[in-house]
Amino acid sequence: MTTEQTTGDQPLRPSLWRRIVDSDLFYSFIRSPVVVVSAVLTLIIVLAAAFAPWIAPHTPFNPASLNLMNGFTPPFSVNEFTGDVFIFGTDSQGRDVFSAILYGARVSLLVGFSAVAFAMILGVGLGLLAGYKGGWVDSLIMRVADVQLSFPAILVALMIFGVMRGVIPPQQQDQLAIYVLILAIGLSDWVQYARTVRSSTMSEKNKEYVQAARLFSIPAPAILFKHILPNVTGPILVIATIGLALAIILESTLSFLGVGVPATQPSLGTLIRIGQDYLFSGEWWITIFPGMTLLILALSVNLVGDWLRDALNPKLR
Amino acid sequence: MTITPRALTTGLATAVFALSAAASAETLRWANVGDSLTLDPHAQNHGQTHTIAHQIYNTLIYSNAAGAQTAGLATDWYILDDEPDVWEFTLREGVTFHEGQAFTADDVVFSFERALHANSDMRPLINTITEIWAEDDYTVRMRTDGPNPLLANNLTNLFIMSREWAEANDATVVQDFSAGEENYAVRNANGTGPFRLVSREADVRTEMERFDGFWGMDQYPMEVSRIVFTPIQSGSTRAAALLSGEIDFLQDPPVQDVNRLENSGDIVVRNAPQNRSIFFGMDQGRDELRTSDVEGENPFADRRVREAMNLAVDRNAIQRIVMRGQSAPAGMIAPSFVNGYEEELDRVTGTNTARARELMAEAGYADGFSVTMTCTNDRYIEDEGICQAVTGMLGQIGVNVRLNARPNSIHFAELQNGELDFYLLGWGVPTLDSHYVFDFLLETKTDDSGAWNFTGWSNEEFDALSRQLPTETDLERRNALIAEAWRIVQDEIVYLPIHHQVLNWAMRSNIEMDVHPEDQPMIKYLSFN
Repeated sequence: MTTEQTTGDQPLRPSLWRRIVDSDLFYSFIRSPVVVVSAVLTLIIVLAAAFAPWIAPHTPFNPASLNLMNGFTPPFSVNEFTGDVFIFGTDSQGRDVFSAILYGARVSLLVGFSAVAFAMILGVGLGLLAGYKGGWVDSLIMRVADVQLSFPAILVALMIFGVMRGVIPPQQQDQLAIYVLILAIGLSDWVQYARTVRSSTMSEKNKEYVQAARLFSIPAPAILFKHILPNVTGPILVIATIGLALAIILESTLSFLGVGVPATQPSLGTLIRIGQDYLFSGEWWITIFPGMTLLILALSVNLVGDWLRDALNPKLR
Repeated sequence: MTITPRALTTGLATAVFALSAAASAETLRWANVGDSLTLDPHAQNHGQTHTIAHQIYNTLIYSNAAGAQTAGLATDWYILDDEPDVWEFTLREGVTFHEGQAFTADDVVFSFERALHANSDMRPLINTITEIWAEDDYTVRMRTDGPNPLLANNLTNLFIMSREWAEANDATVVQDFSAGEENYAVRNANGTGPFRLVSREADVRTEMERFDGFWGMDQYPMEVSRIVFTPIQSGSTRAAALLSGEIDFLQDPPVQDVNRLENSGDIVVRNAPQNRSIFFGMDQGRDELRTSDVEGENPFADRRVREAMNLAVDRNAIQRIVMRGQSAPAGMIAPSFVNGYEEELDRVTGTNTARARELMAEAGYADGFSVTMTCTNDRYIEDEGICQAVTGMLGQIGVNVRLNARPNSIHFAELQNGELDFYLLGWGVPTLDSHYVFDFLLETKTDDSGAWNFTGWSNEEFDALSRQLPTETDLERRNALIAEAWRIVQDEIVYLPIHHQVLNWAMRSNIEMDVHPEDQPMIKYLSFN
C-alpha cells in the first residue's frame, strides 16, 4: 500500500480519516451516487428529528400554543384570519404540519432505533448461545425461532401489543405505549439476528483461535463476546440497517392502525392516520407530507442497507 | 269531477299494492359511527340505542320528523276531565308482536312497570306516575303525582315489550347497564315494530327484516324489506363507503366531506338543525378532583374558575374550523325547539383571555392546574376535534388538560358510575320542554332526579323551581318558573355549552326521507323514487 511506503517524518499508521477514505467500502460508496444521496437524506432526516425542538418553527403538541383559527391553512399560503404562514400547511387544530413531521420523525426514529437495538441484543445473544452450546439449547432456541418466523412480523407485534394492553392499567397505557411498541417490534424481529449469528458462530467456534482460547480455560462468555462476536459483526450490521427501515415501517403501520403511540405524541404513522380523514375533502397536505417523509426515510435507509450488504459480501467484490 | 270514497280507497289500495310490489326486495344498508348500546329498550336513554329500538319496538306515542306527537300503539290520549291527575290511553287493536303474541293493555302496564325499575334509565321520564292500570284490554290509565299535563311528551322513547315474552325469557328486570350485566333482551328483541331482528353482533352488524304482520303496513311506505346496519368508526371510511356504493344511507357524514358527497351526483345530503346541544360538564361537588394536581380543594367548585373557562372557549372558532360551519354556537344547553329557550341566554359572547386569567388568579390558580378531560370519539359530530380544540383554549389560561378520548360505550359506563371529572356530553330534548333538561341534568342527584347530573351541582332554589313544573298547569306561570330556573343555571355556569348540532343525512338520491330533528331515522317512512 502506498501510504506505508513513506519517509520517516510521517506516521507509519495512517490517520483514521485516511483509512476510511482509502477503504474499499468508501470507494464503493463514493462510486454509487444513489447511495450517496440516500445516505445524505437519511442523515438530514435523522439530524432534523434529533434537533426538532430547535429547528421546528412551532411546538405542535403544546395545546396552549395553538390557535384554532389557523386550522386548515394550505401549504405556502397566508392564513386569512391570523396572517400566519406555514410551509407545509396546518391540520384541523391549527398545528404546523412541518413541525409535526419533525417531532413525528423523532418518535418514529426513536422507536425504530430502540427496537432494532433490542432485537439485536436479544437475537445476537441467543444466536451466540445456540451456535456455541449446540445440543438441546440450540434446538430449543432455533425451534422457537422457526415457529415465530412462520408468523408475519406485524401479527406478532399486534399480538404482543394486545397482551400488553391487557396487562398494563389503562391510566399508564399512554405513557408506556412507546416502550410497549419497542418491545413488540423488537420481539417480532430478533429471529433474523439469531439465525445469522448462530450459523457464523458454528463455523467460527471450530477455528484455531477459539480452540486456543478454550485451551487457556477462558470462560465461555468471554470467548463468545471477546473472540467470536467481533468476527460475526459484518452480517449483523447489514441486517440491522435493513431492519431499521422495516422497524420504522412496522411502527408506522401499527400507529396507522391506531394501536401504536398515542395521538398526543404522534409518530409519522399517526400523522398519516389523522390526515387521511381529510383526503376526500381536499386537505391533502395533512397526510401527504408525513407520508412523503416516511417514504423517503424508509427508502433511503433501505438503499443504504442494500448497498452495505453488497459491499460487505466478498463474493460480489 | 267527484271522487267517491270507494274510488279513493280502491285507488289507494292499488297504489299501496304497486309500491309494495315494486319495493319487495329493497335492502337498506345503513351506517353510523356508533352502535346501539343494548337492545334492552329501557336500559339506556341514549340516542342511537333508541334509534335502533324504534325500528323493532313501538312506543305509545312518537314524534315524527316534523316534531309532532304521532299515534303509535296508542290511538288516542287525553287527561280525564273529572280527574286532572289521570291520563287515559286508547290502544290500537289487532296488533301482534313479532313472535305472535297479541298486544293488549297488560303489555303496556308491564312495560311501564319495567321501565320504573331502579335499573331503568327511562325512569326519570315517568317517575311521576304513581299508579298504572288496565281499564280493559285496550284502555290504559295512569295516575300521576299531581296533574302532569306534559306526561305524553315523555313517552316518545318508551318502548312496549310483551309481558309473555319477557316472562318466558326471564327478562322482566331491566339490564343493569353500568354494572355490565346482561339479560335475554340485550341481544334478542320481540317488538310490535315494522322490522324484526334477524341477527346482531354488537359493534359489527345488525340485520333486520320487514315484519309483514306490522300494524302499519298500509299507513307507512314500508318499502325497505331488509336493513343492514353497520357502525363504521372512521369518518373517511364511512364517506368512502357511501361514495363507492357499499352503503345507501349514512346517518352522520363527516363535516369535511359533506361538500364532496353533495357534488358526487347520485348522493343527496339532507340537513336540519338537530335537537341536541353539546357541552362540557365539570364535577363541582367533590372535595378534590380525581385527576388534578390540586390537592385538598376542587378548582371547579369555584365559580370564578368556571367563568374563566367559559371566557376562554372560543365557540365561534370551533364552529368555523372544527365544524366547518355545520353547527350553531351555543350559550345554553337547550336547542331552539325547546320551550324555555331564550335567544338572549343562547347568545355567544366573544372570548376574553385576559379577563379569564385574572379570574384564575383571583381564585388562587394563577399558575393553573391540571385535569383530565374525557371525551367520546364516536358519538357526536367531530367530538374528538372539539375536545382537542377546547384543550388548547383552556391551555391558554393555565388549565392544563390531558385529553382521554375513547368509544362511547366506555365513556357512558364510566360517566354513569360517576367517575369523571371533566366530560363531554350531548343532550337532546325529546319532550321539547326545559323540564327534561332540568330533571336529568341539573336537579340535585338523587334516586328520582338528576339522573345525568354528574356535576355534583346542587342548588336548593333551583330544585324548588324545577320541582313545581310537572304539576303547574298554568302555562304562563310555568314559563316564568322555567325562565327563572334558567337564570340560576346561566349565572352559576354549571355547564360549558359549546354548540347545537346541525344534522346532515347523506343518502342515495333515489331515497326519500325527512331528517328527524332527534337524529332518529325511522325506516318505515323511507321511500324510493
